[in-house]
Amino acid sequence: MSAYIPYITHIFMIVGINIIAVTGLSIFTGFTGLFSLGHAAFVGIGAYISGILTYYEYTNYYVALLAGMAGATVASLIIGIPTLRAKLRSDYFAIATLGFGEALRVTLDNLDITNGARGLGLEVHTTPIVLLFSLVAVLFTASNFLKSRYGAACIAIREDSIAAEMSGVNLFRTRLLSLVLSAAFCGLSGGLLAHYFSFIKPDMFMLVQSTQLLATVIAGGMGSLSGPAIVSLVFMSLPEILRWLEMWRLPAYGLLLVLIMIHRPQGLMGYRELTDFFVIFKRREKGGKN
Amino acid sequence: MFLQTLVTGLSIGGIYALMAVGYSLVFSVLSFSNFAHGAVIMLGAYMGLGLAAKLNLGLGLVLSGAIAGAGVLAVLNERLAYRALRQRRAPSLYLMISAMGCAVFLENMVYATIGAKPYPFPDKITNQVLDIVRNIISFLGLAAEHSVIEIAGITLSLLDLAAFVISLLSIYALHIFIMKTRTGIAIRAGVDDLTMCSLMGVNTNRLIAVVFFLAGAFAGLAGVYLGIKYYVQPTMGSITNKAYIAAVIGGLGSLPGAFIGGLILGVLETFVSAYISSVWRDVYTFTLLIALLIWLPNGLLGHETEEKV
Repeated sequence: MSAYIPYITHIFMIVGINIIAVTGLSIFTGFTGLFSLGHAAFVGIGAYISGILTYYEYTNYYVALLAGMAGATVASLIIGIPTLRAKLRSDYFAIATLGFGEALRVTLDNLDITNGARGLGLEVHTTPIVLLFSLVAVLFTASNFLKSRYGAACIAIREDSIAAEMSGVNLFRTRLLSLVLSAAFCGLSGGLLAHYFSFIKPDMFMLVQSTQLLATVIAGGMGSLSGPAIVSLVFMSLPEILRWLEMWRLPAYGLLLVLIMIHRPQGLMGYRELTDFFVIFKRREKGGKN
Repeated sequence: MFLQTLVTGLSIGGIYALMAVGYSLVFSVLSFSNFAHGAVIMLGAYMGLGLAAKLNLGLGLVLSGAIAGAGVLAVLNERLAYRALRQRRAPSLYLMISAMGCAVFLENMVYATIGAKPYPFPDKITNQVLDIVRNIISFLGLAAEHSVIEIAGITLSLLDLAAFVISLLSIYALHIFIMKTRTGIAIRAGVDDLTMCSLMGVNTNRLIAVVFFLAGAFAGLAGVYLGIKYYVQPTMGSITNKAYIAAVIGGLGSLPGAFIGGLILGVLETFVSAYISSVWRDVYTFTLLIALLIWLPNGLLGHETEEKV
């Protein structure tokens, strides 16, 4: 049994790192209702900034992680302020984020400090303890944010942006806040990822990865934190356990997106959380729809 | 130098235009960005390659096979991935996500089954294209060397010249089709108001199938050209993102817009590569896309499109 421990730890690591990024996107897409095809770029910014800081030994690992988060936050302001203020059609917004992601990839490919397409080789710093601590912190922050008045404003915007605006919710500020928070989580995920795999290169943070993140959130349920986390567990661990699946992972993502859009747009969990199943009878008594 | 850059840019722009038409056609009727179009272009190239290399067919059959094949593929794509959403009146964003899923699915199916190896088109096909172009040029009384022509100090590759002329002619033909024929009138009515159009007795499912077939046909044509000029490989889809930007520049949903947008993007990119930096070219292109979406979301020739609440 003990022979399996490194293997299980590895799966825990990749799933945990993925769940942090997925939770970030879930706040923005699942709870605020805006679709992004560029969130892998925030993961990439977090990975590269923290990676560069430890690679050239400017700072220690923990400072680098925070700097990665800060970098992703700044990037989200740069892309978010003009696009969210312009109140683009939702598909145009998604395309703008796609353009942002592609522009970042070209930038990473051509800078000297990032070592271009060859990538950076880093030391391993992300231990299971660090990841566990980050994961708990992220999930705690996310669930509290969603219960706060800001979270409620986000959900109101997702349900009906015009009605929310009429009720006094500032669309621009709320959406920007949600984007900044989600980018910070993605940046953290990137820093953890860089120092776990100990190697980063630009094509780890491309449109394909953004689509994977989006597929995870959509499949898990738009309006649930635990749904996307469960789907992330399945998506990330299944190809690790069944190696031959690896090749079919991406076609499966694509097919899944189409099938979900057609048959179950609310995703696996819909608006529910895992914890809801324990109180399901109480809810029924109150006559709640969920 | 300036003139040479301009001409090169225009010839690249012609290809962008050919691909952008497919995005615009679908957007004009269903108002969503059909990202699966890139994958259809790529599969059109593979179909052409299959016909040319495996069955050893000539240029005419290869082209018509790829055009028809990609057209049918686009129709199937609509039927399987979009129709149910359309009939449920799902938000256009759902259609776009579904299209994204199709693109990821098709592209990676090619990776998983055929592999990432780039294949060139057989020389026979390339030479056939060059022969035709040379014959036309000598008919016009000009002299062409093996694969380039020199006019007034400008060197132009015959393949690029052919692509520009073909894209101009085919987009013009499409324009005539939409303006003059009965089906074309139905398409224009559908662009205006699909529900009203169906109340007036137009079979909208068939109408949309026609639109997707046309878009797919252009994808097949563009795919074969890209295959002849470069290679046939699964990542061909990435160049189609540029074509999408071209469609946005011209105004999504407008055919003349797609053509003009393609030319503008081609010229702009060539000038940036020539005078500023070729490695940073794509950063400029994508920044331009974002700026356009913010300040000029309807493009140069598009009309107001509002998202239905």
